[in-house]
Amino acid sequence: MQNNVTTLSQPAPAAARSACEVLAITLGAEEYAIDILAVREIRSYGGVTPIAGAPPHIKGVINLRGAIVPVVDLRLKFGVGAAEYTPFTLTVIVEVNGRTAGLVVDAVSDVLSLPAEAVLPAPEVAAVFDKSSILGLAALDARMLVMLDVAQLLASPEMGLVERQAA
Amino acid sequence: MAIDLSQFHQLFFDEAAEHLACLERQLLGLDLARPEAEAFNEMFRALHSVKGSAATFGFQDMAALAHDAESLLGRLRKGEIGFGEEMQAALIEVGDLLKAQLAIHAGQGGPGADAERVQAAGRRLLALAESGPAPAPPAAADRVPAVAEAPAQEEAYGFFVEPTPSAEVHALPEAPKTAHATAAEGSIRVGLGRVDRLVNQVGELVITQSMLLQAAGLLDPLVHERLFNGLAQLERNSRELQESVMSMRMVPISTVFGRFPRLVKDLARKLGKQVALQLHGEATELDRGLVELIADPLTHLVRNSLDHGIEAPEMRRTAGKPEQGLLILSAHCRGGNIVIEVRDDGAGLNRQRILAKAREHGLAVAEGAVDAEVWQLIFEAGLSTAEAVSDVSGRGVGMDVVRRNVANLGGRIEVDSLPGVGSHFTLRLPLTLAVADGMLVGVGAETFILPLDHVVESGQPAPGQVRAVRGGLARVYELRGELLPLIPLAQVLGLPSGAADFEQGIVVAVEAGGTRQALFVDRLLGQQQFVVKSLEANFRKVPGFSGATILGDGRVAMILDVPALPALAGAVLARAA
Repeated sequence: MQNNVTTLSQPAPAAARSACEVLAITLGAEEYAIDILAVREIRSYGGVTPIAGAPPHIKGVINLRGAIVPVVDLRLKFGVGAAEYTPFTLTVIVEVNGRTAGLVVDAVSDVLSLPAEAVLPAPEVAAVFDKSSILGLAALDARMLVMLDVAQLLASPEMGLVERQAA
Repeated sequence: MAIDLSQFHQLFFDEAAEHLACLERQLLGLDLARPEAEAFNEMFRALHSVKGSAATFGFQDMAALAHDAESLLGRLRKGEIGFGEEMQAALIEVGDLLKAQLAIHAGQGGPGADAERVQAAGRRLLALAESGPAPAPPAAADRVPAVAEAPAQEEAYGFFVEPTPSAEVHALPEAPKTAHATAAEGSIRVGLGRVDRLVNQVGELVITQSMLLQAAGLLDPLVHERLFNGLAQLERNSRELQESVMSMRMVPISTVFGRFPRLVKDLARKLGKQVALQLHGEATELDRGLVELIADPLTHLVRNSLDHGIEAPEMRRTAGKPEQGLLILSAHCRGGNIVIEVRDDGAGLNRQRILAKAREHGLAVAEGAVDAEVWQLIFEAGLSTAEAVSDVSGRGVGMDVVRRNVANLGGRIEVDSLPGVGSHFTLRLPLTLAVADGMLVGVGAETFILPLDHVVESGQPAPGQVRAVRGGLARVYELRGELLPLIPLAQVLGLPSGAADFEQGIVVAVEAGGTRQALFVDRLLGQQQFVVKSLEANFRKVPGFSGATILGDGRVAMILDVPALPALAGAVLARAA
């Protein structure tokens, strides 16, 4: 009995402690990953009210059960893929540090359990990328996922989601 | 087993403050010649609760003082000694000292209670309890039932430990004399945050319900009869639920009015005037959030009436009026508004002096201006007509601040006055802060909300009403001889406009901060109440918008920040030029 419980709750005791679960998302042909604990829900894209004067990647705001939530198109933000809005375009609602935002993505593929050793630091050549919002790269079999740091992403000034500090 | 008492401290602070307010209200409401036995019982219970809980939490200073006052009240309510003005003053002092002590314990600061004053007050109470005047004979009749009741009450309240808090003692002391009957119902304390969350959730429910209704509109009512019946039922239920939840935020206005008997009494004594205060409509309910916000403007109006309105007794006698002036505070609901009136039978506003002052300040006023226009001048900044600046009025808070505060709450203030007869201030405020009235305007494919209190009028421009100035860089709108700067919203907000030329769209004249602007929009979509939602909770402040709201179809609509629009328009148009 005791054994059973242990096995059920800790399927891989050694690896599980350092592994993290991520949601794999697709932007164009690239795969990205978000910590599953930051994800609140996934909904289809729509009902967005645009905001005057906002940067292009901020699509606007939506009504999420009474809360006004900004929506960011990650494809426009990262400049990958075509920002097309089809019935299959999704909004991933994330919540970090008490702030909620919607991320527009092409698709959500699966939930992966990444062992810690699979996540490699992002190489220095990633200068084209804003490295501060990237936790690292995860190589999993034939796939390569870019691990996003959602907290950094939402807080970064060039995202335009938070009040810019007085220059 | 040690119990951490600090978690109950806040509860004690809240309750003690309520009990002390109750004590003060009872004291001030007492008829000195014929005090009611029930009032003594009420005060005794309040003090007893304060004493008991203060001792429990280790606030010995409060417990000791409350104990002394309780002994005096104990004798009073048994009819062993009579009541007098001296006792009233002594008990009011005790109430103040207890409040000061409470403020220190609650960490709110303040001067605290001077130990010497506390001791002196204690001695005074004991002396009064020993050598109080003999009971006045006419009041004896009132006191008989109290004496008969006394043994039973002694059992309930006389002992230190109460096994369960008595519902009677803890029930809303705010409205003891109203027909509200809350005293018998009992109450529970719920954090405001929880109530707000509930209000929000119910708001969502109502929106979801109207979305369902809209979706069902595509179906055939005959085929889907049961669905439609269910939807109708859902609509009724959710409306009722919304009303109930909204009513949870409502509190009787007596929570605001409650401070005035004391204020008027103290102030009248200080000014050497005799004033009777009448309160009407204390059971009128208003939003809890409004309570704190209207207290200051209202206090200012009351101080103003006492200071400048009601004359000194000699002057009143000369004018053939009773020496005692009358100040009436009343509240009632009318439509979606709460109307609060402050009325006095004093000297009224002095038209000549206001006009003279206004000219001194360089305000253009015609000699023949109607009274209503002249009265509005008292709300202009820096215009004080007080002959002498006293420490009562002229404390840096002018009538202009009163008007601004009221306007910020989405309300307005009206004045009526007749020389020698009195003045009459009327405040009209929305019942709740959570809901405001707005005009829905369409620009391109988007819908925006204009708060209705900024809207002056709207209409379709006639040819020639919109004129280009500065070589077409800017435009003005002529409204009955007045030239208003025209703000084309579509251009300012970077949206494609549906209206090809000005005669096809709508111009809405708006007013903010004393200046008028003309907003050019594509169309008017109607008028509706809206719930203001915070943009900053998950996003940031967006220039040109004061917030957002959710429309009936579930979409977000931005609320235009009218006072900020001219600057935004200036920046955008300058960039375009």
